[in-house]
Amino acid sequence: MSAVATLTDVTMRYRDHTALDGVTAAFATDGITGLLGRNGAGKTTLMQLLTGHRVPTRGRVAVLGADPYENDAVLQQVCFVKESQRYPDHFRVRDALSAAATLFPGWDDDLARSLVADFDLPARRPVNKLSRGMVSAVGITIGLASRAPVTLFDEPYLGLDAVARQLFYDRLIADYAEVPRTVILSTHLIEEISGLLEHVLLLDAGRVLLDADAEDLRAAALTVTGPADRVAAFGRRHSVLTSDTLGGAGRAVVRLSGPVDAADLLAWGLTAEPTPLQQLVVALSRRPAGVPAQAGERGRTAFEEVTP
Amino acid sequence: MNEDAGPIFRQVAAQIESAIVDGSLPEESQAPSSNELSAFHRINPATAAKGLNQLVADGVLYKRRGVGMFVATGAREQLLKRRRSEFADQYVRPLMAEAHKLGISTRELSSMIDRWEHER
Repeated sequence: MSAVATLTDVTMRYRDHTALDGVTAAFATDGITGLLGRNGAGKTTLMQLLTGHRVPTRGRVAVLGADPYENDAVLQQVCFVKESQRYPDHFRVRDALSAAATLFPGWDDDLARSLVADFDLPARRPVNKLSRGMVSAVGITIGLASRAPVTLFDEPYLGLDAVARQLFYDRLIADYAEVPRTVILSTHLIEEISGLLEHVLLLDAGRVLLDADAEDLRAAALTVTGPADRVAAFGRRHSVLTSDTLGGAGRAVVRLSGPVDAADLLAWGLTAEPTPLQQLVVALSRRPAGVPAQAGERGRTAFEEVTP
Repeated sequence: MNEDAGPIFRQVAAQIESAIVDGSLPEESQAPSSNELSAFHRINPATAAKGLNQLVADGVLYKRRGVGMFVATGAREQLLKRRRSEFADQYVRPLMAEAHKLGISTRELSSMIDRWEHER
């Protein structure tokens, strides 16, 4: 893999908590990576490091072969769409777009215009008079039209309705097909975007829990149902992520440790289905009660359940 | 694509195979491009390309430089042959397993099939 961005043993410590703890990861040139994890896992911090918004406490960050911090040559190739992007008070939508146009050498004005039309954005309205969803749409428009070789979206969909989110995904895919680039997308709406992802980086409490090809993950786990004792017996051969029982019936999400013969399962009286990415992420991120986080201290953020 | 059905590239390949088997994608006609598949199924273009490449590796599709991918002559026969050989595993085995669970004998099952054939 030729990497466009790398983190090498990166630790980011704030005053009283460790946001990233010894993270090593690489992002491939031209690919869409889903940056997943619960709130407080360190996703935003990782993006801030890649975009030169912060300097790591320890470790090395390289983007396009150089340290991104205060590096204009790198940063004009990097577009970061933040979760709650702020714009100067007097900025109208068109001002935000023309400011972005001057920042990014690859800016595509036609694409920006067509996105403004698709999202039905009022070009002359001040950004601070827009609804939450419309502000998100401005960010998405800038992120796509920048055509930056490295584009990061940090939960870019806040306030967007389902139709507008689908529009974002469709336009992202279409434009990515036309102009391949490196896209890093953090999201909690895993189900909605899982088909778009080539790669998944799952963070948990500041550490990398999973760094894998999305297609491999779709074959990596099975949800097995059947008589509880047989489900348990099957689970013992592999690795059980979560299990539930109801009366004599059992269900387990099982991470496979080797190939599984479908006929074998059938003979055992078990039904198996591939585990969707979202279920796998939930199962991996959910520690049993009483087991402390792997990393040092947790952030002070309220942890919001990532529900299917 | 169906998130609950395993690797997407395999689903892409299977769908194109089905279209070839049922005749909606005739031999020597052009297969959809990876970008078309990607937009239609809302999946990553690389994943769509992986599905197409698998079909090329299997000899079902072939590439014409700068034009696209086409269905190979003989592809339908090849796929039919493979699907027939998989039929027992994919359909008969689960059918037998369920029948066994319900206490339906092979003879009863066989007469059900006869009856179904008759009433169709």
